[in-house]
Amino acid sequence: MKALTCRECGKEYPTKAIHVCEMCFGPLEVKYNYDEIKKNISRKKIEEGPHSMWRYADLLPVEGPGYLGPHAGFTPLVRARNLGAYLGLDELYIKNDTVNHPTLSFKDRVVAVALTRARELGFETVACASTGNLANSVAAHAAAAGMRCYVFIPGDLEAAKVLGNLIYRPNVVEIEGNYDDVNRLCSEIAGEHGWAFVNINIRPYYAEGSKTLAFETVEQLGWRTPDQVVIPMASGSLLTKIWKGLHEMKALGLVDQVRTKINGAQAEGCSPISAAFKAGRDFFKPVKPKTIAKSLAIGNPADGYYALKATAESQGAMDTVSDEEVVDGIKLLAQTEGIFAETAGGVTIGVLRKLVKQGTIKKSDVTVAYITGNGLKTQEAVIDAVGRPVRIQPSLVAFEKTFKMGKNGGGDA
Amino acid sequence: MIKVRIPTPLRPLTKGQGEVEAKAGSIASMIETLNQAHPGLKDRLCDDTGELRRFVNIYVNEEDIRFLKGKETSLKDGDEVSIVPAIAGG
Repeated sequence: MKALTCRECGKEYPTKAIHVCEMCFGPLEVKYNYDEIKKNISRKKIEEGPHSMWRYADLLPVEGPGYLGPHAGFTPLVRARNLGAYLGLDELYIKNDTVNHPTLSFKDRVVAVALTRARELGFETVACASTGNLANSVAAHAAAAGMRCYVFIPGDLEAAKVLGNLIYRPNVVEIEGNYDDVNRLCSEIAGEHGWAFVNINIRPYYAEGSKTLAFETVEQLGWRTPDQVVIPMASGSLLTKIWKGLHEMKALGLVDQVRTKINGAQAEGCSPISAAFKAGRDFFKPVKPKTIAKSLAIGNPADGYYALKATAESQGAMDTVSDEEVVDGIKLLAQTEGIFAETAGGVTIGVLRKLVKQGTIKKSDVTVAYITGNGLKTQEAVIDAVGRPVRIQPSLVAFEKTFKMGKNGGGDA
Repeated sequence: MIKVRIPTPLRPLTKGQGEVEAKAGSIASMIETLNQAHPGLKDRLCDDTGELRRFVNIYVNEEDIRFLKGKETSLKDGDEVSIVPAIAGG
């Protein structure tokens, strides 16, 4: 880590808790000394590293050693043969962050980096503005690290995401408004209080954690880059960082080339980035979100501009799905691969399905869909779409009658 | 008078003040007024063509001005304006 540098005007800053360029308001990004990193990194060294995202610590903005969130990442890359066959893809993979440690979403990656860096910078209080998953992860990591914690969430979150904060006993602040209201308020709070706001003044470090989703995918594919990836978009940060991660691997000689097409997925009820992409604009218009995919309900996406750029540069695409298609996507993934994703995963699968149908993703393309959160946290979305258990008396007769079985086996109910 | 909340990166221009007052009938005229009291502020908020920079968000009474009339959004006595840099989400 050499410095922080403005993505817009290039001005350099020290590696402190700052996130905005004083000159032009552009976002600050971590600058690395790739020549130094290149001397020390190799496939072999990575493969011998810890069974977590910290095997890529050389490419993360922390000083170390000693990491908070030591078990985050290195989640399964699942070869999705059933879903692939259903969609007509030869080689489909699910990057399964529904089982990330400790709070079952990709946010455990970014928070592990953010809290490690926050502690290195001497902070004792951490905070975040969140659509749910980030808050859960910050609260859990803060509890384990013994740090004080404030999480700010919109007033309409799923019950499991609210409970998934309270259990760790942080200060949970519910704002009467949507995520963009929460974000604006937090930005103002961050200016007044000397806390480590993971997605505000710690953002340059925090966001880098998402790159590990790209690194792991490449390693798990046997040091190959995929032809196509499908990534859910809220702020657009995840997509931007996966793109960056792939290109860092090439720059460091870990892969020979990157021909990956980056595809972004949003819900129709909150699709400012996709709408701009389809209209051929390089700027987006903010929207008021209205979708069951609450984890993606960011109407004013801070990295929307860069997500548009990355997708265009890679010759990828963006698309949207309706709430109904989100639910179908969740069910399809569960029923073909046994993976229960949250609503964001339903968006990803729904858009994957569309892109295959349109011919944008071809049968022979090695494709990876990023499933970033766990379905047990957004049960409200599917509760009316999954049927009910069959209820019977505790007798063999009742069972066999219900399932129309004879003595030698039989059918389904 | 309009109350304007100033974000941390701009406070060196306002002598450290997090809140300043201005008399203005619109966002555009507010920026001009602020620039007179705190020279250099306009350059930070607007690009060479005078348009608001990409990563600057302005809110009038908690509403994003892009949902209103952008820079032409009118202001009246007692309104509260926030200037906020774009931030990441999740």
